[in-house]
Amino acid sequence: MTGSTATRSRDRGGEGRLTLGFMPLVDCAPLVVARDLGFARDEGLDLDLVRETSWANIRDRIFLGHFDAAHMLAPMPIAARLGLGHLKTPVIAPFVLDQGGNSIAVTPALHAEGGDWGVFGDPVASGRALARLLEARRRRGAEQPTFASVHPFSCHHYQLRHWMAAAGIDPDRDLRLTVVPPPHMVAAMEAGDVDGVCVGAPWTSRAVEAGVGRLLMPTAALWPSAPEKVLGVRQDFAERRGEELAALLRALDRAAAWAEAPENHPRLAEIIARDDVVGVPAAVVMRTLSGTLVVEKGATPVPVPGFLRFHGDGESGPINRPRATDGLWFAAQMLRWHQTADADAAFAAAREAYSPTWWDAALEQPAREGMTLRTFAGPVFDGSAPERWLGAEP
Amino acid sequence: MADTTLTILVIDENPARAQILEDGLREAGHVDVVRLETTHELLRRIFEIDPDVILIDLASPSRDALEQMFQVSRTVKRPVAVFVDQSDTAMIEASVDAGVSAYIVDGLKKERVKSILDMTVSRFNAFDHLTRELQRARDELADRKLIERAKGILMKSKGVSEEEAYGLLRRTAMNEKTRLADIARSVVTAAQLLG
Repeated sequence: MTGSTATRSRDRGGEGRLTLGFMPLVDCAPLVVARDLGFARDEGLDLDLVRETSWANIRDRIFLGHFDAAHMLAPMPIAARLGLGHLKTPVIAPFVLDQGGNSIAVTPALHAEGGDWGVFGDPVASGRALARLLEARRRRGAEQPTFASVHPFSCHHYQLRHWMAAAGIDPDRDLRLTVVPPPHMVAAMEAGDVDGVCVGAPWTSRAVEAGVGRLLMPTAALWPSAPEKVLGVRQDFAERRGEELAALLRALDRAAAWAEAPENHPRLAEIIARDDVVGVPAAVVMRTLSGTLVVEKGATPVPVPGFLRFHGDGESGPINRPRATDGLWFAAQMLRWHQTADADAAFAAAREAYSPTWWDAALEQPAREGMTLRTFAGPVFDGSAPERWLGAEP
Repeated sequence: MADTTLTILVIDENPARAQILEDGLREAGHVDVVRLETTHELLRRIFEIDPDVILIDLASPSRDALEQMFQVSRTVKRPVAVFVDQSDTAMIEASVDAGVSAYIVDGLKKERVKSILDMTVSRFNAFDHLTRELQRARDELADRKLIERAKGILMKSKGVSEEEAYGLLRRTAMNEKTRLADIARSVVTAAQLLG
């Protein structure tokens, strides 16, 4: 570190007051912890956290400058840079907030219809079961099932597609994919509007508890090490107020380390459970944090090591450090599923959004960086030749 | 001139505000207005209604479901876009501040719907203003009742006149740099505690 935080802030003309948007999900933890436990204050920052109701609102308010930074789905900064679907905004992802936390679940009715889905956490056996079920429905002319994710530019969406495609399913032809906001997920499963979901914590646990969902796998079974949410920041903010951004990244690093430590989980669960954060029972949050998942209502909890990770070393380096390979992986998903056609632009946007420059400058830690991303099926994704994966994908 | 051929879908969980907006749209000559208060099977219902314009309350999490309609998929008959233009920051700001967002089917000329969004924003703002006024009126009434009770307590316990009791409350509020109603609340609470 160089110089005191106070001097740096004044030098840059920033006042250290930052407004951050977040969604009511367990992985907003680093932001809330940074504010509530004083990690931000130690860096001379005063964080104003604003809870939002949709990712669309977060994106719009980043565009308008209402938020200096926000909790974002990991693919969102790339979609924003490309202007996919909406306003083109140069957003960067200078900090990865977490890995994991999502699960795929189906309704008990679909589960019964599918027969043998293999053991919990087996994407190959469960994919085969889904493929068989779809084939059987096609033969008898029955309606196709509907699977929901949370946003078109989300890991959840790409995880569902990846799992299905590896089993020979065409997710655009063989079934329906839709989007349901997480707070509506349990009701949608209960009403039979959707037959399967990929959603983050704590919503799958809620579905299991309500008896309307049965877990097939944590999505770490598909992608063990991809970022889940990131801190999204407007690039011009990062350029104008770099010192404050660096202070924020240091505060988040400490907050994430605190959130990762098992001894802090009971207190973290209380914080996340509060009505002004997520507003669900602390026991449900605790299950997510400790990585003990209940597969179906009444079943004995199963330990899933590393289900949700906030900090520490991962397969390809420190998990909070953005890495071009991860951005390129998301860009490859956008290209594969025809959300965009321009590979050069998508890969360029991914490299810019997932540049580790800001993280490296703020944390000054030597970090190893792996250039590959491994998934449960198909070739290893190589960040130095992303185009090679397209066409060879599972 | 209102473009009466457009099908307009209003998604708002606040029935009073949705009604005000629908009334406005009908007054402007739009006959084909559909309202959805529930988000049950939202995309399927939108597919059936096949609207030209969708107006949605920003407090609704369902905005993310609508985002999927940007993608060409079987869930929509026609691809949809956000109404506002990248360059029109003022319009985006106005609609976000009012708490509403608009989506239109791709290819529809923006001039055809500009007046609709303008009116939606102004009706949302008017509704918000009205709600706040109503809340303020309620708060004021509650405050007045509290002050009346505190005055009564002081008159009884200190044997002072109504005017003196009011003066005492006011002076204390000024000294404490707090609101008169807050001092009154303290008096009422203390009286309850002391029985």
